[in-house]
Amino acid sequence: MGSLVTTVLVVSGLGALLALLLFLVAKKFRVEEDPRIDDVEKMLPGANCGGCGFAGCRGMSEALVKSDDISSLYCPVGGGECMKKIAAYLGKEAAEREPMVAVVRCAGSCENRPKTNRFDGASSCLIASSLYAGDTGCSFGCLGLGDCATKCEFGALSINPATGLPEVDEEKCTACGACVKACPKHIIELRKKAPKGRKVYVSCVNKDKGAVARKACKVACIGCGKCAKVCPFEAITVENNLAYIDFAKCKMCRKCVVECPTGAIVEFGFPPRKVAEVEPQTAKTE
Amino acid sequence: MSSQKLVISPAPHTHGSNDTTRMMGDVLIALLPALVVAVLVYGFRALVVTAFSVACCVLVEWFVQKFMLKGPSTLGNLSAVVTGVLLAFNLPADINLGLVAIGAVVAIGIAKMTFGGLGKNPFNPALVARVFLLIAFPVAMTSFPEAANAVTGATPLAMAKEALAAGEPVSTVMQRVDLVDMSLGIQSGSMGEISVVALLLGFVWLLVRKVISWHIPVCVLGTMALFSGITWAISPEEFMSPLFHLCSGGAMLGAIFMATDYVTSPMTKKGMVIYAVGIGVITMLIRLWGAYPEGMSFAILIMNSLVPLIDKYVRPRRFGAVKSKK
Amino acid sequence: MKTFPIGGIHPSDCKKYSKDAAIEQFPIPASVTIPLSQHIGAPAVATVAKGDKVLVGQVIATAGGFVSSNIHSSVSGTVTAVDNRADAQGNLKPAITIAVEGDEWLEGIDRSGVKRVVELSAEEIVAKVKEMGIVGMGGATFPTHVKLSIPNGKKAECLIINAVECEPYLTADYRVMLEKGEQLLLGAQILAKAIGVERIYVGVENNKPDAIKHLQGLAKGQKGVVIVPLKMRYPQGGEKQLIAAVTGREVPSGGLPIDVGAVVQNVGTALAVYEAVMYNKPLIERVVTVTGSTLASPKNLLVRVGTPMSALIEYCGGMEGIGKVVAGGPMMGRAVSNIDAPVTKGTSGVLLIPTEDALRQVEGSCIRCAKCVEACPMGLEPYLLNTLTQRGDYDELEAHYMADCIECGCCTFSCPSYLPLLDWVRIGKAEVMKRIRERAAAKK
Repeated sequence: MGSLVTTVLVVSGLGALLALLLFLVAKKFRVEEDPRIDDVEKMLPGANCGGCGFAGCRGMSEALVKSDDISSLYCPVGGGECMKKIAAYLGKEAAEREPMVAVVRCAGSCENRPKTNRFDGASSCLIASSLYAGDTGCSFGCLGLGDCATKCEFGALSINPATGLPEVDEEKCTACGACVKACPKHIIELRKKAPKGRKVYVSCVNKDKGAVARKACKVACIGCGKCAKVCPFEAITVENNLAYIDFAKCKMCRKCVVECPTGAIVEFGFPPRKVAEVEPQTAKTE
Repeated sequence: MSSQKLVISPAPHTHGSNDTTRMMGDVLIALLPALVVAVLVYGFRALVVTAFSVACCVLVEWFVQKFMLKGPSTLGNLSAVVTGVLLAFNLPADINLGLVAIGAVVAIGIAKMTFGGLGKNPFNPALVARVFLLIAFPVAMTSFPEAANAVTGATPLAMAKEALAAGEPVSTVMQRVDLVDMSLGIQSGSMGEISVVALLLGFVWLLVRKVISWHIPVCVLGTMALFSGITWAISPEEFMSPLFHLCSGGAMLGAIFMATDYVTSPMTKKGMVIYAVGIGVITMLIRLWGAYPEGMSFAILIMNSLVPLIDKYVRPRRFGAVKSKK
Repeated sequence: MKTFPIGGIHPSDCKKYSKDAAIEQFPIPASVTIPLSQHIGAPAVATVAKGDKVLVGQVIATAGGFVSSNIHSSVSGTVTAVDNRADAQGNLKPAITIAVEGDEWLEGIDRSGVKRVVELSAEEIVAKVKEMGIVGMGGATFPTHVKLSIPNGKKAECLIINAVECEPYLTADYRVMLEKGEQLLLGAQILAKAIGVERIYVGVENNKPDAIKHLQGLAKGQKGVVIVPLKMRYPQGGEKQLIAAVTGREVPSGGLPIDVGAVVQNVGTALAVYEAVMYNKPLIERVVTVTGSTLASPKNLLVRVGTPMSALIEYCGGMEGIGKVVAGGPMMGRAVSNIDAPVTKGTSGVLLIPTEDALRQVEGSCIRCAKCVEACPMGLEPYLLNTLTQRGDYDELEAHYMADCIECGCCTFSCPSYLPLLDWVRIGKAEVMKRIRERAAAKK
């Protein structure tokens, strides 16, 4: 009986002592934090992708709560809806931004752009690009080793084994920008998202002179400037032998697509053209 | 431009002779003498158990890799074969083959592949299986067949422990064992652990082929010898001699083949010494005062669990380390 | 026998293919392409234009900063282009292309006989070295005049001539030691005078016994010159490893050789310095080892800078059965994707690897064997640096002394699972170095 009482006493005494210790420690190290930070964090998507510029959603929510003006803060994953909700909760003005989507500006598939050597290092675009110009004649184009796909938290990017190029799943893409940062060749760009996945853009980043670019890749932009001339909205600029379509100005009239002699300007999401409309142009380019 | 495409890769453009498959193959060669002794002592049965164990381990690894991890086959690196042989070496020769199969599933399926396969398991797979079988099937795991000329079915360690506990002095216990026989392999025990000479032969091969460094085996055995030497010197009639401890049980097999497993041992030489001393001390504590006669497998597993900690705090000597900083 | 304290590997030295081939003057090609950036630091600025006539040894581009180097024409002829040309890795870099006409040398370059008396003062030597565009010829191509300018508050105590040539296959330095040993040692004396030291160590590995013997014979009469035989081990030619092997002092982490009073110069550099100071001859040609296990006739060639590598390869047996071309040695050399790229000041060798050896083995998984830790001459943990880089944990990387890595390749070489450790580690190092630089810039 005596041992039982001792056991009970020792255990309860120990328990009480430890409880007191825990209480004191918790009190001493307590961090005062705005409870709204937790609430805001719950409203964010919780992807921790870093698309907002912070390390994770926690950092973003802290910034949202602490700063008075949150117009410079934007969560590309949650989008406008999410930002509005948070702004309403915090009583602040939310930024309005157009939805964006990642676009791969290279069409140098194995067919269009023949390989000239064979890369045999660790499978990483960063490693390949720091080593040399690339395994084709084009030193600007996609290396196809998929750093963008690895860095995509949403599974929106994958390398198509047939073309060796990454493809964006617009449904899944949140425009967090991780792939843009990951690509050592700066091929991926965030562009305005249009309904039905429509887009018109120059699918090339080659700055070599026309002849060099064309020799390396069938669908390279040769910087001829025809597109800029035909564009009614002055959306196209040609710099360093490379055309660029400003998506803020582009109205998607697609005149440039028809005009481009190499097919470097591409369109997606449009209904098929009437054959008659296209034929004379293709005849000219071939 | 030549029709053949040049290969481009970062430097270095050459590779040394190190190769996982080669190193595993060397371990297998190093285990051969012990296998020969096992067959000589226990007969054909020893070969059957070893072959069955290897087959089971290979099968389990193939199955898990193909249907659960869905990766390319990893059998080529021979690590499953090594685990299979080591598992068999830790079992009595007349063990029920069903238990061997269970052991293989535990070793490869649970202790190795669950963590992602070769290189990622925190504990030595063969030892996890041995300890599992030892606890789950204690009778089957501790009854050994009569070896040629061997005195009893119990291992010398178990016999000595029992006798000493019963109050017999060391001198009379020693009359029942022959250290020369023991070192040659004429003793009861698990298949692979009985012959000190054969295992040492394997050790020499591993050193010559630079598969392992001397640090772990020498430190484990050295610590055991020192520990038992001290107790023996204090009271020679109560404790067995260091020589007896080194020649008995799994001391040699553990120190040379189990503790040196790359995956579950530290990365630095200094870390290896700490790890090995820990194994030696724990083994002797269990042998002298624990419930089990043999403590090698427990000691290795306990130290396995400390390896990440050792690796975190024990760093290699850096070239040009500046002492004053930080 | 002396060697460096930790790590290291023993690759097969493979020098047998080209070690007995005496240095041979390679014929001047029809046209040369001379890149403006053949050194570490700022690219040089072109001073000639298309159509200009140039002579051998004439300055065609001037240093673009203190850490930069002059570039001289290696041939006589007419400049046909000043534009961007693909380098060995296929990247377009500014270069001057010259069509060769005859072989007329600039006046004042006197190449006759061996001259033994140095008339210039220390400052004049450094100025001459700078003017003649001398850079480190072991492969790193660091401008030599920068190395010879001892920073304030530091003092050089000894000069170490790097005659180790620890890269397998390469024999260019070895041939120079045998054939131009006297000039080499005179060059060393000039370098020693420039930095104001009297002790000269020449570190040679013991796989070149005849070179050791030859240099020891030549050094007998010379004051302060000690030939130090070293136990063969890679990367003994690494600056920090060589200093440790010869003097027993370790350059502190993050420090420079001068912190332990040492200045290291390569054999080729010493010879170039001799020729620059004694003959007024700029760095316009160098010895290049063209070798490979299947090559018909491996050679050591004295080549004008700007000569296309493909011409050398053709001369020595051609591309038949070759799967990989490396500029430099197999441990640290860079794979070449454009074999028409020119030989530069830093091209110590052209290694031709047969197709069957060109590809790497399939990588397995890390088995924690610690071979890489054992091999790392800087005492780092490559397996850890590899995973940390792949994880992108750059703070941890820096805490594990990523910046100390010398990219010698011992880790990848020794990995039994064929992991491309250095591929990743190099990326991690580049990022950590960038962060360190950014922090330093922010402080200012």
